[in-house]
Amino acid sequence: MRHNAIRALVCSTSIILLIAGAASALAAGSEDDFKAAYAAAEAANKEAGSLRNQWTTTAATLAAAKKAAAEGNFDAAVASSKEAEALAKASIFQATSEKTLWKDMEIR
Amino acid sequence: MRSAIRFAFAGFALAALIGAAHAADTPNPPADAAAFKKFFTDKFPKVKLEDFVNGPYSMDEGLHRQWEEKEQFPPYEFSVDMGKEMFSKPFKNGKSYANCFPNQGIGIRQDYPYFDLKEGKVVTLELALNRCREANGEPPFSYVRDEMAALTAYMAFTSRGKPFDIKIPDDPRALAAYQNGKQYFYTRRGQLNFSCATCHVQSPGERIRAEVLAPALGILNAMPIYRSEWSGMGTTSRRFTTCNTQIRGVPLNPQDDEYRDLEYYLSYVSNGLPISGPGARP
Repeated sequence: MRHNAIRALVCSTSIILLIAGAASALAAGSEDDFKAAYAAAEAANKEAGSLRNQWTTTAATLAAAKKAAAEGNFDAAVASSKEAEALAKASIFQATSEKTLWKDMEIR
Repeated sequence: MRSAIRFAFAGFALAALIGAAHAADTPNPPADAAAFKKFFTDKFPKVKLEDFVNGPYSMDEGLHRQWEEKEQFPPYEFSVDMGKEMFSKPFKNGKSYANCFPNQGIGIRQDYPYFDLKEGKVVTLELALNRCREANGEPPFSYVRDEMAALTAYMAFTSRGKPFDIKIPDDPRALAAYQNGKQYFYTRRGQLNFSCATCHVQSPGERIRAEVLAPALGILNAMPIYRSEWSGMGTTSRRFTTCNTQIRGVPLNPQDDEYRDLEYYLSYVSNGLPISGPGARP
């Protein structure tokens, strides 16, 4: 009896969590969400620029975010902004790690 | 007593190791150039040293035959003619390019880039040409377009066969510029995570899509180049910025310090190899 109750509780909790997760994923991004995500991506890309290592794909993804926002599609705009931020952060990681790693490739 | 000796010995060994590591990191351009040439001549024992300046044509027999045929009616010829005409035409003030260069600008390509002690920076031939124009009241040319390619094509043509003779003066700034260029050459960048060396050291002679990659040794001796892919001429600046874009990196501005230093490094390690520009590439 107790065993069944626990199983029911676990099942219902899982379902609630799944529904909550799906709902948050489907939640419409607002203009404010876009602005925040875009600003974060732009800041990261600016940092990559100060390291002289921006990627063309970051710029293209930022442009895609802006275009989606202009069309009122904030879900896509937020998603593109987050992707652009991830790309910019990867380029920062590359520039930082290559400050020493370049020597591994040197002909000696 | 015994442990004191052991301790002293360990300390001595550590100091020697640190010293060796430090020596390995101290820039040594002549040693770099020797190692650079050895790497390529070991990798391609059948290619004569002076043939490396012919890029992919030195790596592939079929391409070499095509190039020999192409050279009978070279696609860069119109550019050399245009450059010659531009070079001899006086500026509005009556002076000309010849007034800005040693030996009136003839047969001097092998001396560029050089380190300008006054400015404390590397000066490339493209930069020197635009500075000449500006000093004579003329607007500068784009570093990536036909006019600059034509001027450098003509100047390279008058220098053919002369060995690269790049000097690093006894000045810490010159050595720093050389080292900066070397670092740029080996640094991975762009979303594809490529360095210049990924293609031109690790993979010369291999195909990247339909192209055969050129070896880094002698790669600038042939500049500027006519590229069939571009259907036109390309300057060194165009080559550098295009390379960066192809690996999904945002290129720097032509003649930014990094590119000037890169040209300095790459030219220095090819010292002794003949100028073959202007070149033609697939």
